Amino acid sequence: MSGASEIVALGSAAAPTRVRETAPPLIANALYLLPAFAVLAVFFLLPALATLGISFTDWTLGARKFTFVGLGNYLDLMASAEFRLSLVNTLKLNLFVIPASFLVALALALAIHNTVKLAPLWQTIYFLPVTTTLVAMAFVWQWVLHPEFGVVAWVLTGLGYQPVNWLNDSSLVLYTVGFISLWQLVGYYMVLFLAGLSSIPSSLYEAAAVDGARNPLDRFLHVTWPMLGPTALFVFVITVIKSFQIFDVVRVLTKGGPNKASEIVLHTLYQEGFVFLRTGRAAAIATLFFVVMLALTLYQMRVLDRRVHYGMR
Amino acid sequence: MSVRALLVHALLAAGAVIVLMPFAWMLSLSVKEEHEIFTSNLRFLPEHWDWANYIEAFTTGHVGTFLANGAIVTLSILALQIVTIVPAAYVLARKEFRAKPVIFGMVLAVLLIPPQVTAIPVYLMFAEAGLLDSYAALVVPFATSAFGIFLLHQGFKTLPQDLIDAARMDGASEFHTLWFILTPQLLPMIAAFGVFSIVAHWNDFFWPLLVITRIEHATPPLGISIFASDEGGNDVGPMMASATLIVLPLMLAFLIARRRFIEGVTLSGLKG
Repeated sequence: MSGASEIVALGSAAAPTRVRETAPPLIANALYLLPAFAVLAVFFLLPALATLGISFTDWTLGARKFTFVGLGNYLDLMASAEFRLSLVNTLKLNLFVIPASFLVALALALAIHNTVKLAPLWQTIYFLPVTTTLVAMAFVWQWVLHPEFGVVAWVLTGLGYQPVNWLNDSSLVLYTVGFISLWQLVGYYMVLFLAGLSSIPSSLYEAAAVDGARNPLDRFLHVTWPMLGPTALFVFVITVIKSFQIFDVVRVLTKGGPNKASEIVLHTLYQEGFVFLRTGRAAAIATLFFVVMLALTLYQMRVLDRRVHYGMR
Repeated sequence: MSVRALLVHALLAAGAVIVLMPFAWMLSLSVKEEHEIFTSNLRFLPEHWDWANYIEAFTTGHVGTFLANGAIVTLSILALQIVTIVPAAYVLARKEFRAKPVIFGMVLAVLLIPPQVTAIPVYLMFAEAGLLDSYAALVVPFATSAFGIFLLHQGFKTLPQDLIDAARMDGASEFHTLWFILTPQLLPMIAAFGVFSIVAHWNDFFWPLLVITRIEHATPPLGISIFASDEGGNDVGPMMASATLIVLPLMLAFLIARRRFIEGVTLSGLKG
């Protein structure tokens, strides 16, 4: 290649664009970087720091004065029964959505991976909800689940059961919200699993068959699951991140109700910051949320690193 | 087909019924008159097909406004993102300079920040600037994407140096080399990023909910939620017609370009 670069050197020396090329590279680089990094600094990095700063104040939206209260907002939150309820609800919702999404997606991927001919059809159907606007589909679910005029009530009545008020029963509402989220995202996790499955070399299955692993369970335990490990970990972390981000369905269908039964952390953040205008307190919730998401994302990056390292895609 | 394969298909079909149920019900309610909606005597096909709901979705629901807003906002965001991301990613991938590790560190740091965390200060900036309830509030905060820079940085790294050398030899300026020789090589990657960006911003609810209160600037999810609260949620037929029109564009795009679409959407897995 040294020959080529010599020619380039000669070529560019003679080229008419010489003036432009001799501009100090530092300035050219800066000009190329400036628009993107101005936006990143103004709308991401500085606001993240500002949120942290505001979380140590008693500022309310629109107020011209504020005082520093140190960890006051955090201590208030920890002492508040309402916020503890919000945390417990978030935890309950996640403990349902995460394992359910993970297992359903894995089961779907395993089933679809083995149906060679119809695989594209099944994949398309199960992926369809991923493409939709969740807020719009939440209103649709409201009418599918309606205790009087909904399809589900109709089926239940037909089978001889009482209709259930899915979104207004405080013992069920979290699971209903969780189910709608699962409905939307399970196809997404499924596709990630399918990618992992298709990267397992079939020679491994042949070798396992020779070694006596003939039934599907043996093949799953001895080949599929160990080979799928990195993908599974990756999908798991994504399900955790995505379920912590659940907000839309709660906002448009339940507003945290009935009786705060579906009040979750992001909804509390919205209410505190933009309905009750307690900016300092909302910033403290945002900071706590940030810390949890940061830990998860850093862990995810480590997982991703390992996955790329082993060439699993 | 073996018994087991048949069983698998039967289970997948049962799951598919659940997955598709809301779509079927949405379409069904969107063409029903009110007395056919508020009845416990359910049927999927209406006795009388009533397209008036779709007309009402446009007249009282303003669905035309938010579909147009959705297109304006998502396409403006994407255009700005491409213009800012491409040069930044190129410099980070192909140039050596002292501040590079710091700047690349900034990109990675932004990847770690969830959108809900920056919302309060960014809201305050737009409030101070008197720019709430404007397209600017919806577009400007997303004028670049750390994830996009990261992605295209990887792309620019894989391009052969010969490509750049040859362009320079022909006397092409750096600007021309970047936009007309290197960038076209990365079109598949940019297309995947485009799908990712459009899907994310068409569907985003949290940010528009904060900065937009009037229907004139509402994007599709915010628009339908304003429609729902204005009508007390009881104008079911037109609501379902609106929902249909809102989910249709992305769904059609998915059905037409399935592979590319999945590629784009699963990119977000890398971002989280």
